[in-house]
Amino acid sequence: MTQVLEVTNLHKAFGGIKAVNGVSFSVNEGEILGIIGPNGCGKSTLFNCILGQLEPTEGSVKLDGKEVTNKRPSELNRLGVSRTFQLLQVFPELTVRENLILAGQEHEGTMLSRFFGPRDAGLSAKADQMIAFFKLGHLVDAKAGGLSYGQQKLLDAAMAFMAGPRLVLLDEPAGGVNLTMLGDLKERLRAINAEQGATFVVIEHNMDFVMSLCSRVIVLAEGKVLAQGTPAEVRANPAVIDAYLGH
Amino acid sequence: MTAPATRETLPQTRSLPLPGFIDGTLLTLLAGAVILWFAPVGMGRYGTYVLSLWLVTSIAVMGLNLTLGYAGLKSLAQAAFMGLGAYLTAILTTKYGVSWYVCFALSGLLTFAVGLVLGFPALRVKAHYLAFVTLAFSTLIWLIMRNEQWLTGGVFGISNINRPDFFGIKLFNALEFHRFVVVITFILAVVLWWMIRSPWGRAFTALRENPIRAASLGVDTRLYTLLAFAIGSAYAGFAGALYAPLVEFIDPSPFSLSQSFFLLLMVVAGGSGYLLGPFIGALLGVVLPEWLRFAGSLYLIIFAAIVMLLLIACPQGMSGLMERAYAKLTGKGAGR
Amino acid sequence: MVEFIAYLIAGIATGAIYALAAIGFTLVWQTSQTINFAQGEFVMLPAILVLLAIKVLGAPVWLGALIGIAAFILIFGVGFKLFVVDPMIRHGVLPLAIATMALSIIMKEGAKDGFSAEAQTFPSFVPSQTIQVFGASISLQHLAIIAVAFAVIFLLQWFVGGTRLGRQMQATAQNPTVARILGIPVERMVLLTFAINAALAVVASVLISPIYLAKFSNGEVIGLFAFIAAIVGGFNQVRGALVGGLIVGIVDSMAAAYVSSSYRLAVPLVLLVVIILLKPEGLMGRKEERRV
Repeated sequence: MTQVLEVTNLHKAFGGIKAVNGVSFSVNEGEILGIIGPNGCGKSTLFNCILGQLEPTEGSVKLDGKEVTNKRPSELNRLGVSRTFQLLQVFPELTVRENLILAGQEHEGTMLSRFFGPRDAGLSAKADQMIAFFKLGHLVDAKAGGLSYGQQKLLDAAMAFMAGPRLVLLDEPAGGVNLTMLGDLKERLRAINAEQGATFVVIEHNMDFVMSLCSRVIVLAEGKVLAQGTPAEVRANPAVIDAYLGH
Repeated sequence: MTAPATRETLPQTRSLPLPGFIDGTLLTLLAGAVILWFAPVGMGRYGTYVLSLWLVTSIAVMGLNLTLGYAGLKSLAQAAFMGLGAYLTAILTTKYGVSWYVCFALSGLLTFAVGLVLGFPALRVKAHYLAFVTLAFSTLIWLIMRNEQWLTGGVFGISNINRPDFFGIKLFNALEFHRFVVVITFILAVVLWWMIRSPWGRAFTALRENPIRAASLGVDTRLYTLLAFAIGSAYAGFAGALYAPLVEFIDPSPFSLSQSFFLLLMVVAGGSGYLLGPFIGALLGVVLPEWLRFAGSLYLIIFAAIVMLLLIACPQGMSGLMERAYAKLTGKGAGR
Repeated sequence: MVEFIAYLIAGIATGAIYALAAIGFTLVWQTSQTINFAQGEFVMLPAILVLLAIKVLGAPVWLGALIGIAAFILIFGVGFKLFVVDPMIRHGVLPLAIATMALSIIMKEGAKDGFSAEAQTFPSFVPSQTIQVFGASISLQHLAIIAVAFAVIFLLQWFVGGTRLGRQMQATAQNPTVARILGIPVERMVLLTFAINAALAVVASVLISPIYLAKFSNGEVIGLFAFIAAIVGGFNQVRGALVGGLIVGIVDSMAAAYVSSSYRLAVPLVLLVVIILLKPEGLMGRKEERRV
């Protein structure tokens, strides 16, 4: 099995506080990995270090065996690592289609072709496909700012998958989404994993969401990996029950 | 249904225009060019000069609109960049007999390059550092213009700047030179129009609305920001290269820091982030006071006060006001 | 060496003025994200208002000073906050910054049209004599500026760190949301910083105008150097603004003496560029974590 992402001994300290304290894990091609843990366990910091938003104090991140530690977010994205954010992050003044074209346009061609070439960078068809896949077809030309919260979440996820990334990191995709929409989102994520073999990592508070979506789960506590395994194994792990699931 | 549409108005509500609207913009530009080609007939030398000055200022404001309105950056050196272009053109044409066309190209190149050099260290840190770096640059350029008499003529400036030929046709006459200015303004406006509707324009909008998200989608925010600033500065260089032969005399005063502020206010007055906004802004800033025969500094005060009121009432400027009025007239909500 | 001391004292004196302006600038920036591009004009105008009050009302100097200063603090401390910052900030930081540019134009051109385009003498509260210290002739005015400016800065430090009101203000600057939860009247604290900014500008204006005369265009250089001081010292720090101001003042004074008087302005600009290249967070500033 090929490893898409390999994180080795990652540390991140803010002053004296060690938010991430020696985390190692890897992500295999085609899997959905869940990362859970109590608030303040370092999940988001870990994400931000992997994605180049923060500089790790120590440790390395490899993508397909190549060192990518400390690359800028935009470079990492063009190498195939994509993400969503905890808080909504769509471009409200652009239409749904424009949002998706934007998500793909920097991955092909050059600055010159993006200047002289077609306005949609040849991505309209692909964007519409993606929109249909995420069931936003009726909203293609609507401004993203006018969409409902759940629809924006779907759009956000669609943008992360637009350029056919090697790896997608989803930061609390279920947060604030109502139940119906949550079902839709989970179903779409599963489908994209099954149909296109997309690999992704999900950080989530919603246990049911993680346990039913992911094939493997890592539990973080106090900046360290506390346990990992299949959802069933993690559920049965006494240390995990103690630290997180217990109450 | 469940759609509590977020209807909050953003400071600069301008996205990439819809396909129908695009042609509208281009047609407006074309119609404007045709009208301006014939407009000065019978207007006399002075009236023609004011119209040309309007267009030249519009070019500088257009560039600043790209920097401020589309990329959300504060550049306080637009007048200084214009000065670079004007002095370069004046010095090379009067002292060394270089062709105006070469000077025009060089002015754009030089200001573009200086934009890159200034923008790179500033934008590495934080977007608002660009404001301070350009502020410093503006002062420095002004000092050089004033102090290096051997080169710039100091406070006495440079006079007898020649107007260029156009394939053998002399453009000495106010009307002919005006038409020359119309053509160049039109070309530069169309280039900008093209850029804004290309994927570049989408990237500019994205990095203004949410730079962190844009970066996570592969948009090289640093490169695009730098390009927006450098291209915006190059427009000031082009404007300067036209300004020198238009006025036929230059001194440091129109390129001071206050003038840079003034140009920024014109962007806002016209409507930042609207392609046609700069023409409206420059009309209000340059043409109106001439027609109303207002004393210079009194008009500046009035203009600045109007801009402040506009910023409170309608941050999208005159273009935004017109859009609102249009939406009211057609009975549509201000939704799009 | 003797000359050097004189230039140093002169530099510290002007540096203290820049520090006053830079401190006000950072305070306002901290509490309301307002980059006040009219900061230089804020230092220029009080002196003009004082002279205007004396001239128009025929008032004696002390009364004119009182009226001018009160009018300034009312209009450009409280009024600025209520009528420019408050309605503008909801549109974002960028429109507000541009509004302050518009304000700077209004203040400058207004001073020119409404008062005078020429430099005017401004009454000094200290005689313009020099005293001899180790052979160096040092201006009494410079010494007075240093004494008053430092006294004001220490008073401010004491107020911010040592009083309840000051600590509430500091809390507001650091985290308005938390401050509000703690029951601090955030709005009033922000207003207070604007009033303090205006008061600091008044002190700077009254101190510097006897030496450099009162002129509508004075704000350009003072504003520029205040910005440079704030950045050199560290954009978010009052202490940084003080250090930055002194450094800029000394550099400026030395440049005028040893480089060339027509390019003295350029040397602090070079300092700015060096700082942005080598230590962008400023000499006393902390590095920011998040990268974009």
